[in-house]
Amino acid sequence: MINEILRILENDARTTPKQISTMTSIPLNEVAKLIKQAEKDRTILKYKTIINWDKVGEEQVSALIEVKVAPQRDVGFDAVAERIYRFPQARSVYLLSGAYDLLVVVTGKTMHEVADFVSQKLAPIEEVQGTVTHFMLKRYKEDGEILEGKEKVKRQPVIL
Amino acid sequence: MSTKMRNTSSQRVNQIAPSGIRKFFDLLASMEGVISLGVGEPDFTTPWHIREAAIYSLEKGYTMYTSNSGMPELRRELSRYLKERYNLSYDPDTELLITVGVSEALDLATRAVLDPGDEVIMPDPCYVSYSPCVTLAGGIPIMVPTHEENNFELNAADIEARVTSKTKAILIGYPSNPTGAVMSKEKLLRLAEVAQRHQLLVISDEIYARLVYGVKHTCFATLPEMKESTVLLGGFSKAYAMTGWRIGYAAASKEIIAAMTKIHQYTIMCAPTMAQVAAIEALKSGESSVLEMVEDYNRRRLVMVKGLNDLGLRCFEPKGAFYAFPSIKATGMTSEEFAEKLLVEEKVAVVPGNAFGQCGEGYVRCCYATSLAEIEEALLRMGRFVKKCKK
Repeated sequence: MINEILRILENDARTTPKQISTMTSIPLNEVAKLIKQAEKDRTILKYKTIINWDKVGEEQVSALIEVKVAPQRDVGFDAVAERIYRFPQARSVYLLSGAYDLLVVVTGKTMHEVADFVSQKLAPIEEVQGTVTHFMLKRYKEDGEILEGKEKVKRQPVIL
Repeated sequence: MSTKMRNTSSQRVNQIAPSGIRKFFDLLASMEGVISLGVGEPDFTTPWHIREAAIYSLEKGYTMYTSNSGMPELRRELSRYLKERYNLSYDPDTELLITVGVSEALDLATRAVLDPGDEVIMPDPCYVSYSPCVTLAGGIPIMVPTHEENNFELNAADIEARVTSKTKAILIGYPSNPTGAVMSKEKLLRLAEVAQRHQLLVISDEIYARLVYGVKHTCFATLPEMKESTVLLGGFSKAYAMTGWRIGYAAASKEIIAAMTKIHQYTIMCAPTMAQVAAIEALKSGESSVLEMVEDYNRRRLVMVKGLNDLGLRCFEPKGAFYAFPSIKATGMTSEEFAEKLLVEEKVAVVPGNAFGQCGEGYVRCCYATSLAEIEEALLRMGRFVKKCKK
């Protein structure tokens, strides 16, 4: 039941409990209770939007940073990951399999700001053995949404 | 231009009425900002993996005719699909035919089995092309009224009462366009008994088979002893959001498929090759897309039905397809008056129920295959309209 509610909210966080109740045939008070509970236990972390900042001319620089880490005894990668994700500049932090260990997504106002973060905060961490920074040049699709030129085909208004 | 020539159009064509909502098209075309619940197709575009398969086939040069019956691979996939889904065994070489949508399949089926004067029993209301197809094939449509009180299901006794020595077939389409009704297995079994007792063919249009909500679709050919005498018609348009591809199929006995193929090969040759390639991809890996779309339709269905009921347009709960069929009798208007006024005054397009038969009078068809935001806006406008009418 909660999964269905979450799927609806994940697709459109503005869907009201009343609408969800109609869409799922789950009683309104039950929907409200389940959502509250999900917020409380941090199943729902946050309600957010996907914004195309280019439209309003706001410059934003993002980079994907590969980080090679020397794992520590007992805590493995977690302690280093924590040191990194505590910085607000790190929007997302993932542990990966493959050639490097952590992937950090960093967002800043300028390239400089991002570069500074890497050279002054990230690289100097003792366990970090190396970083490779990839600046994002263009966003085509974000969280399932195509940013530009999304197809809009008109249907015939009436067909029998 | 041809005033000197007498009888320009054939008597057969003159017998059928033009589509009941012609004037709507014109009115609609001249208006801006209309929310249309008058459509009969998904608002999803065909899933990308299906489109991609067709594009790839074009790049490779698959641009020629296929076998009349359809690509062997498609028939094999279809045979596998029908086996997995319904445990029905159709020989891909002799018992399946790939057609240009279910529309062609229906035309072929009626032409292949009917002799002049043969009667075909069908529900009223029903999809608009059933009766004309039968007429064009030289047959006589015999309507069996269905009613909201009985969930628009066909009653076997009502059919049997209309059986004569000329009756050749029963033509059904469930889940139903326009009502959204689904026939229960029990009711279908009664119907099968009637068909068997009077040795009637059953042409079963199951284009909406995949779009059912909280109930199971019963394929007519799965009923005891019914496979041989059922012409099963299906397609890809609704389940896979592939209306514009025009691709469907018929599954029936060797004899009937051979007869249908005869007409098909002379009139159509074969279904479009790229559409057939797309259909193969749909059958092979379209399942998750179907399930996602069905889940989405179900949410909109619930919003639409509750919304209509809340604003005083009593609406029976449709269990299939993507149509709601509310009663507008409370407004005192006819279906056409209601639809026309609603369009002019509130810019919401619905289809008057009488376009689907006399029993559709007093109802309108509202398609909920449109975004939730549009459904809610349409309901708001309809609410305003109904309130105004009741004053």
